[in-house]
Amino acid sequence: MGANVVPDVATKSGVSRRAFLRASALVGGGLLLEFHAPNLRAAASAAGATLNAYISVAPDGIVTIAAKNPEIGQGVKTMLPMLIAEEFDVDWKSVRIEQALADGAKYAPQFAGGSTAAPLNWEPLRRVGAAAREMMLRAAAADWGVPASELRTAAGAVVHVPSGRKLGYGELGAAAAKIAPPDPAAVRLKDPKDFTIIGRSVPGVDSPLVVQGKPLFGIDVTVPGMKYAVYAKCPVFGGTVVNANVDALKSLPGVHDAFILRGDATVAGSTGSLDRLVDGVAIVADTWWLAEQAREQLEVEWDEGDAVHDSDARFAAEAARLRDETPAAYIVKNGDVDAALASATQVLEADYQYPFLAHATLEPQNCTASYAGGKLEIWAPTQNPESNRTVISRTLGIAPQDITIHLTRCGGGFGRRGASDYAVEAAAIAKHAGVPVKLVWNRADDIQHDFYRPAGFHHFKAGLDRSGAVVAFRDHFVTPGSGDGPASSAYAGPDEFPSRFVANLEFAASFIPSGVPTGPLRAPESNGLAFAFQSFVDELAHAAGRDPLQYRLDLLGEPRVLDSTDDRYGPQPDFDTGRMRGVLELVREKSGWQSRQKLPAGTGMGTAFYYSHMGYFAEVVQATVAADGSLKVDKVWIAADVGSHIINPTGAENQVQGAALDGIGQALTRINIENGRAVQSNFHDFPLLRINQAPPVEVHFRRTDNPPTGLGEPALPPVIPALCNAIYAACGNRVRRLPIEPQTLARA
Amino acid sequence: MKLTLKVNGEGRSVDVDPRTPLLWVLRDELELKGTKFGCGMSLCGACTVHVDGAPTRACVTPVSAVAERAITTIEGIGATPMGSKVQAAWLDVDVVQCGYCQAGQVMSAAALLSRNATPTDADIDTAMAGNLCRCGTYTRIRAAIKRAAGLPATDTREG
Repeated sequence: MGANVVPDVATKSGVSRRAFLRASALVGGGLLLEFHAPNLRAAASAAGATLNAYISVAPDGIVTIAAKNPEIGQGVKTMLPMLIAEEFDVDWKSVRIEQALADGAKYAPQFAGGSTAAPLNWEPLRRVGAAAREMMLRAAAADWGVPASELRTAAGAVVHVPSGRKLGYGELGAAAAKIAPPDPAAVRLKDPKDFTIIGRSVPGVDSPLVVQGKPLFGIDVTVPGMKYAVYAKCPVFGGTVVNANVDALKSLPGVHDAFILRGDATVAGSTGSLDRLVDGVAIVADTWWLAEQAREQLEVEWDEGDAVHDSDARFAAEAARLRDETPAAYIVKNGDVDAALASATQVLEADYQYPFLAHATLEPQNCTASYAGGKLEIWAPTQNPESNRTVISRTLGIAPQDITIHLTRCGGGFGRRGASDYAVEAAAIAKHAGVPVKLVWNRADDIQHDFYRPAGFHHFKAGLDRSGAVVAFRDHFVTPGSGDGPASSAYAGPDEFPSRFVANLEFAASFIPSGVPTGPLRAPESNGLAFAFQSFVDELAHAAGRDPLQYRLDLLGEPRVLDSTDDRYGPQPDFDTGRMRGVLELVREKSGWQSRQKLPAGTGMGTAFYYSHMGYFAEVVQATVAADGSLKVDKVWIAADVGSHIINPTGAENQVQGAALDGIGQALTRINIENGRAVQSNFHDFPLLRINQAPPVEVHFRRTDNPPTGLGEPALPPVIPALCNAIYAACGNRVRRLPIEPQTLARA
Repeated sequence: MKLTLKVNGEGRSVDVDPRTPLLWVLRDELELKGTKFGCGMSLCGACTVHVDGAPTRACVTPVSAVAERAITTIEGIGATPMGSKVQAAWLDVDVVQCGYCQAGQVMSAAALLSRNATPTDADIDTAMAGNLCRCGTYTRIRAAIKRAAGLPATDTREG
């Protein structure tokens, strides 16, 4: 699940020492960060002495740390326990990690999304570790009858400095567990120069199991007596079942049951929402393959509903019509754009557009559910367990506390597993069938019943003065939505660059009614907006006859901090032009940008920067376009500023490289909508980036004195315009419509 | 239909429709969950196993076609010298993000190195292009293959 991240107003000058952050999911995928204290109540554990909800210590000194958030490949099962282990002051080799159950009371915020794990947990989880360390100190002080001030800790032991006596945490655990946990806000944290774990590369804790093929993922779950299920839904979004040949299916080999489930139509605005049960036909069989075979005999009469009229052609026609009409809404309106355009030396106008995209996690959506005696247990590859609980409870009338949620490793997330559709389906099928059930979608289910990165259309108009400076800037954004507002993740905010940097500036929006479900895809909103805005800014630089990187630096101006004007989810963080300048200058140096004129004909460099999820990223792409238009991405350089510490450098570099390759992949693929359904169904027609297309990605972090922020998402947005700008530099063709279609780049 | 399969050096009996893809026999009959379902159409490589040493997509291979032949899965590849070398390189380089594709990647890489001890970047591209990684760990997959082969990590594609 992705979302723009919004620190509470009180964090504006950085994370307060005595305060904690809490996130609560808001309607539309937004996140509000609020203050909270970590819950330090102890829980029973077989692993030994339990110090708090996260830490237990066995007599042999092995420390078990709970990993609270869902692991979707972003590395939090390793990174978050590192924060605890650092301040508990143990040797990482003595640490074992256990995935926590979904438990909002104990572990909130417990979700994966918005690149929030680092900023939300940086301080609270270190305080969890420091509080437990304090308990060890007090236990040792009592045991020895010495003042705690004479004690220090090191590598999982308490040492009495004057005498040199030493007690291991394993020996102290039982006594420490009886001590009342100290106020986490009052415990002392380490001086960062004493860190032994934070800042050190720690390989993924599950990786040894992954490379041996151990069953870690949702799709690998086995429950005694379990059957397998498929669930067939109307190919048209929002369609319902009129009738189906379920009785005939029941006699097929291995089929245990087949039945129609009615969707929950009571959810407001339900067409576009996947947080509900939708109509479908469930087939439950002895094996998944037999269920899938039976599905081939399935005959359903669907009521296709209103979305059947949706198509790319209709959206494009609507966008073309709305483009020149009075906008439905103004996002920001500063100065007098018309007057400034009238007096400009040059006026540029361009239309940009980008398509719908699916998430296509490599592990298809799945969930295992067991229902008995009014209680439900699910094993869910989910990014958002508490949402699963809410949706299932509401749909099936099971009390929230009667739902147990096991978090499995997720085979990718990218936002997709923030919705609860697959989880409520599994729960509903298990409840109806009366047996434990593992529901597994096939790839076509996954691609055709996604919520999509919304398509978008931008009509830009800008004016330059004699010196090439931008004196007027206008965007009319046409996007899926209802009459007066955008669909999920189809928004543009008032802070989009160059807002706040051009005096006469106007962002407006109009909305195309649509039944296509939309929602957050890795770096939501930003993944489309960065392409449009940073490509058009590149056009302005070229029109001004300027170096596109220097032009951006000049637009940013002197280092200073600008207030956000976006209050969609509450106050947003400030924008520090100095931090963005810093990464632009760094990527200029590392990429050899200044020597780009020496590149051979057909090869070019492009640049872009983007600020999202509190991260500052500037990127350069080098690309080669052959005469026939075939495209090769030669290399990507990335400079990033995500604050003072890179908590786990190996994981951080991997995330940034992966995000860049994900972005290049996004730029080369699309979902088409025809007759209210997704046209594509598998990786032959919805291609993902392959190794032979993947360039080297060089990553540089610039440390600044700011609290650490997340890395799952912010590297992605700028790579797309940097690539398109490189294509322009290479061959003179400006990419104004995604996906990039190499055949359109051919030179006569 | 009753079949005896030779999986990771062991005889395993199953009673299934002979058209059942090997993938689902491995996963749901033999409880070997390491081989992954990604596409069902031989497009993503997540289900790669070795049949008589050759990389094979289990999702489109009917089980009847591989009876009597030596099937090696990710659960068994570590018992081969090349397989354990590849697994170790994967950990040394810290390749994994979500990990879902990595069983298939390891199987394709082990097959590549078994027939080509010193692959070039172009050889790696050819052998590995059928294995999707949605997280984009390709930079490290390339580096890990070279490490397993004892080759320098230099990416020769960079001019």
